[in-house]
Parts: sequence; structure tokens; C-alpha cells
Amino acid sequence: MADDLELRFERTVQAEARIEPRDWMPDGYRKTLIRQIAQHAHSEIIGMQPEGNWISRAPSLRRKAILLAKVQDEAGHGLYLYSATETLGADREDLTTKLIEGRQKYSSIFNYPTLTFADVGVIGWLVDGAAICNQVPLCRTSYGPYARAMIRICKEESFHQRQGYELLMTMMRGTQQQRDMVQDSVNRWWWPALMMFGPPDAESTNTEQSMAWRIKRDTNDELRQKFVNMSVPQAEALGVTFPDPELKWNEERGQYDFGSPDWDEFWQVVKGGGVCNEQRVAHRRKAHEDGAWVREAAAAHAAKHAPSKEGAA
Amino acid sequence: MSTTWPLWEVFVRGKRGLNHVHVGSLHAPDAEMALRNARDVYTRRNEGVSIWVVPATEITASSPDEKDPFFAPSGDKVYRHPTFYAIPEDVPHL
Repeated sequence: MADDLELRFERTVQAEARIEPRDWMPDGYRKTLIRQIAQHAHSEIIGMQPEGNWISRAPSLRRKAILLAKVQDEAGHGLYLYSATETLGADREDLTTKLIEGRQKYSSIFNYPTLTFADVGVIGWLVDGAAICNQVPLCRTSYGPYARAMIRICKEESFHQRQGYELLMTMMRGTQQQRDMVQDSVNRWWWPALMMFGPPDAESTNTEQSMAWRIKRDTNDELRQKFVNMSVPQAEALGVTFPDPELKWNEERGQYDFGSPDWDEFWQVVKGGGVCNEQRVAHRRKAHEDGAWVREAAAAHAAKHAPSKEGAA
Repeated sequence: MSTTWPLWEVFVRGKRGLNHVHVGSLHAPDAEMALRNARDVYTRRNEGVSIWVVPATEITASSPDEKDPFFAPSGDKVYRHPTFYAIPEDVPHL
């Protein structure tokens, strides 16, 4: 019987059809998905912080309105994804607890600080750009609710990337000081952006099974290469350079060669040693705890106004 | 007292003339807040002209695992489809 179920699951996945919430699925598939989608949701929620820092200091009302809309989108993306994890039986409260207790991870990119307003532009261009590279293939991931959430998210990310690039173009047309600020920001974010695709394929423990289940559609290295190929002409158009002496076009491969990120730094940040790890989680914990009275009051209000059970009988 | 708000399923009518379509779920303390949250989460870019929210516990669903027997009654009734009937090519408007 279990074999029948497994066979049907395998066949559905092989046929590029989607697995839906009430379908039978292997425990490992369910666990992997909950882990991956929760981590993705946490990244969107924590991802509000680095840019949120600049909302009150945006240089114009236009930039402030754009940044507010973008940060609100990140909250929305987190909610679409939490909603997808709940279709797998995860509990929202439990996921939040795991995040603020440091038992579940989020993307390490958000543990880097945003030092100048140029970082808002570079995050939109490179960080959201890398996220788009990662996420577009996930619109075809085998689990239906995840794929549908990714389709909504990808549509909205396009605004994020373009507003960032436009912000940088504006700064590049400004003073020399502003141009230097953009280049400095690019220098700081380039390598962390490349690390967003995860460790090299040879060291990536989850890739093989996730590819077989079609949760993941491309390997880390394939996506990283694609991102580099896309970003170089964008940097040229903007008038900035990437801090990689090995970066050059390889005629034979038809792709750019590039250097290797500092993987020691990557693992150090993953393990909690980044500049902002503690601050990000502490801030999330404070927001959750400070909001407790609102959740309680709203629940009490709803209970008071709910039609009485006896009356309905 | 448990402060975990109940789960609501959200359905959005994209524009006049279309059905409401399921778009996802959210947590809210009551129906009114569920509607407001649904507006903020699922229609930030004019994706809808009308929203339904339904407590997730109130939905009764057929199970995909019962798919074959459950939908079998319609499986063998090919005569319900217009293509079942052979009509000569030269008969117009049919």
C-alpha cells in the first residue's frame, strides 16, 4: 500500500504535475519543504530590517514612499510563505518561536549592516537580483502552494530590483562623493550576494535529493554563474566595477569566469558570527513580544463579539 | 487564553465578470480583521475588486487521494460532451 502511494507520488513529480496539500507525500519531502519554505519566510521577515533602517532617513518623499512599499512587500512575501508552510501542517506560532530562539535560519545576507543610503539601491539591484535568480525556477517547484507563492513573489520582486537600479543610476549622475558611495556599497555587497546561492555544489548536502523531488530546479553553482552573467553588463551600464580581479569573459565557455567567495566568512555568518546576527533576531523577538498585548486584545474583542454558541443552537 | 488567531482562507475576485479564486490564507481574530488583512496581504496592486474570507475549519474538501473513485461517476459519461455526437461537416451552426 505504502509502495503504491510512493509510486503515485514519484509519477506525479516526474510528470511535472504539482503535489497538493492533501496528497500523500514522503516524510522527508514534507520535512525538507517545511524547512526550506520556513527559512525563506524568515528571510523575508528579517529582510525588512536592513532597509527599514533607512525609511525615516530617505532623502525625499518619493524615495520614502517607494522604500515603505518595498518593505511592506517583504512582509507580504513572508506571509505568503508562512501560509504555504501551514498547508504542510506547520504551525505559525511554532515557526516564529523557532526563529526568535535561533533554531531556524534565514538568509545570511541580512546579517550584513546597511551603512549608507546607497546600500538601499545595491540591495534592490544585487540582493533582490540574486533572490530573483533563485526564485524564478522555484515557480516550477513540485509543491503547488510553494510554486504559487513564488509566482506572486517574483512578480513583485521585479519592482524591487528596478527601483534599486534606478536609485543607483540617480546617484551615479550626482556628485563624485555619491558615485564613490555607490562603488563602496557594491564592493561590500558583491561577495555576500554571490554567497546567497549557497555553498558550492560539491559541498551542498541537500541539493541532490531536492533536485530529484523537483523542489530545487537548478544547482547553486548554475544559479551563481547565471547571476554573474546577468550582472556584469548591468554594472558596466551603471559605471561601477565588481571587486573581483578574476572576473573576465571566457570566450570558450561563453560565460564569465569569476573568483570564489570567502566560504570561511560564509560559514562564520551562518553560524551566528555575522555583524548583525544578534541584533536582527533580538529586534524580531522584541517586535513579537511588544505585539503580544495587541494579539490578546484582538482575540478578546473577537470572543466578546462572537455570536454565542447557545444562541445559535 | 490562547492568542493564536484562527486561520482564514482567502478568495479574490480579480475583476468584474470573474469568479472568486483561492489565493492563500492568513490569521485574524475575526472576519472583519481577516478582510482587512486580506486586502493588505493579497491585493496591494489592484489584484481584486471583491474578497471572501472563510474560516479554514469550515471548508469541507474532497481528498485528492480519493480522486479516482470520487470522480468516477463522470468518467464514463462521454455523452455529456458535444464531441460525442457525429454531425456531418456540411450542417451549419451546430
